[in-house]
Amino acid sequence: MGYTIAEKILLAHAGRKDIRQGEFIEAKIDLALGNDITAPLAIAEFKKAGFAKVFDRNKIVLVPDHFAPAKDLRSANQCKILADFAREQKIKNYFEVGCMGIEHALLPEMGLVLPGDLVIGADSHTCTYGALGCYATGVGSTDLARAFVDGKCWLKVPASIKFIYKGKLEKWVTGKDLILYTIGKIGVDGALYKIMEFTGAVIHKLGMDDRFAMCNMAIEAGARVGIIEPDDVTLDYVKQVTGKKIKTCDMRHSTCGGFKSDKDAHYEKIYEWDISQLQPQVACPHLPSNVKSALELKDVKIDQVVIGSCTNGRISDLRIAAKILKGKKIKTGLRLIIIPATQKIYLQAVREGLAEIFVRAGGVFSTPTCGPCLGGHMGILTDGEVSLATTNRNFIGRMGSPKSFVYLSNPAVAAASAVTGRITHPDELMIS
Amino acid sequence: MIIKGKVHKFGEDINTDDIIAAKYLVSTDSKELGRHCMESIRPDFAAKVAQGDIIVAGKNFGCGSSREHAPLAIKGCGIAAVVAKSFAAIFFRNAINIGLPFLESADADKIKDGDLLEIDLAGGIIKNLSQNETYNTAAFPEFLQEIVSRGGLINYVKERSR
Repeated sequence: MGYTIAEKILLAHAGRKDIRQGEFIEAKIDLALGNDITAPLAIAEFKKAGFAKVFDRNKIVLVPDHFAPAKDLRSANQCKILADFAREQKIKNYFEVGCMGIEHALLPEMGLVLPGDLVIGADSHTCTYGALGCYATGVGSTDLARAFVDGKCWLKVPASIKFIYKGKLEKWVTGKDLILYTIGKIGVDGALYKIMEFTGAVIHKLGMDDRFAMCNMAIEAGARVGIIEPDDVTLDYVKQVTGKKIKTCDMRHSTCGGFKSDKDAHYEKIYEWDISQLQPQVACPHLPSNVKSALELKDVKIDQVVIGSCTNGRISDLRIAAKILKGKKIKTGLRLIIIPATQKIYLQAVREGLAEIFVRAGGVFSTPTCGPCLGGHMGILTDGEVSLATTNRNFIGRMGSPKSFVYLSNPAVAAASAVTGRITHPDELMIS
Repeated sequence: MIIKGKVHKFGEDINTDDIIAAKYLVSTDSKELGRHCMESIRPDFAAKVAQGDIIVAGKNFGCGSSREHAPLAIKGCGIAAVVAKSFAAIFFRNAINIGLPFLESADADKIKDGDLLEIDLAGGIIKNLSQNETYNTAAFPEFLQEIVSRGGLINYVKERSR
């Protein structure tokens, strides 16, 4: 019996001859990540247990991004805990405001995550990096504290589910729509404790930003990991961010042959969908699985649009939003908040004239932060308000009041909806 | 260890934003977090919990974010154990790592709000004293039992590093 790509990565990190699905293993990690919400708890645990020094200062990344730039005094305290720990432990990859970005956009952009790596992050959306063909998974603060100590993590080897996407994507249909469609089909626990392996001709035609958006939301179906086999698109991206040319067979831990799933690998389930007819998808309150076509939701009026987050705050997301907003004004009374995910993306958006398009349209163009996605700051909803966001969760009270409503979509639908003030298919504005 | 307490019943897919809203993640104190446990979906919950009570829920309990503040809030408000049809993966490991007792039971649906339960954690047996029924649960794998028996992940690692 062969192995899936995810199993091969685990095998390479567990120091074992073989592994079986369902088995508990202890694996060596390549990178451990924490943020201003989860790392303070990990640092406290680490210190309380009497440990003095982290296992490897180069394999820890700390990013204050959730409530940063500090939204209030208590968040400032939490951010300071990260800064102090980074200084004390000489952690190189600590990203202060000014070089900070939303962690799951920042790490790939910095070339810190590579195909074949095993990455844990005390943040559920750590699964984003699977787009690069690595095993990246969300853990808790105590797991992070433990990784600080010995660079290891306990894992139960998950079973894999394969998702094959066939056909050709319609205009305005993106990676975000594919993952929303998938979650709508299988439910918020449809891949509980599983690996979601995305494949098929459609996937390998997607750019990296779309792949990140897909893997990012694997957790919304309950998965441990969302993963895509590295191809030329992946390797071009890696070359661009690291300046190094790599082949699939010189990945850090690969045995030659690279990270591809074996033909006889075991999948618990295989889904195969032709997505040629798929229209932009929208997840309705209050679950990411409550998915409908944007065309069915024309009557939903909105008060706020947020374009950003670790799901859709990348440059191609901003470009598509700018394409729709260029020369237009947003609906009077609506709030449009656009948040580039990193400083690099921010600068690029300024350079390409996107920032000006957003501001002229009546939007807000913010410094990078997770902010409104989790109801932190920079766009909290009050009672009765409705937001359409390119973020990843629409649970009750996610963006503020428990009496508010969050719809999730791709950036094109979000931008078009900002112009009309109701959920709008981009064709409605762009065809005429 | 035997846990005896009154049931607070919840539905399916109870997420970590339900358990503790992000606005409270500026604290790591379980008592403080506990005061806001389940606030968005059941505002009077924390006030009604008596020390030793039990949460019973449907499938996929604890889905969503990785915040360890969620099991800490549950512990902090006085809940002694959680029984659910299934648990989300990160919540599951967080509960193990911090030592919040929990049991997966296919019979969770049969348990009603206000029932009195007696849980034998080691044996994995749930007695419903109100309905005079007994439910079996999936036993904890040996590896996880070891982490729990050493008082959580950090102690487990500490003891092994000696």
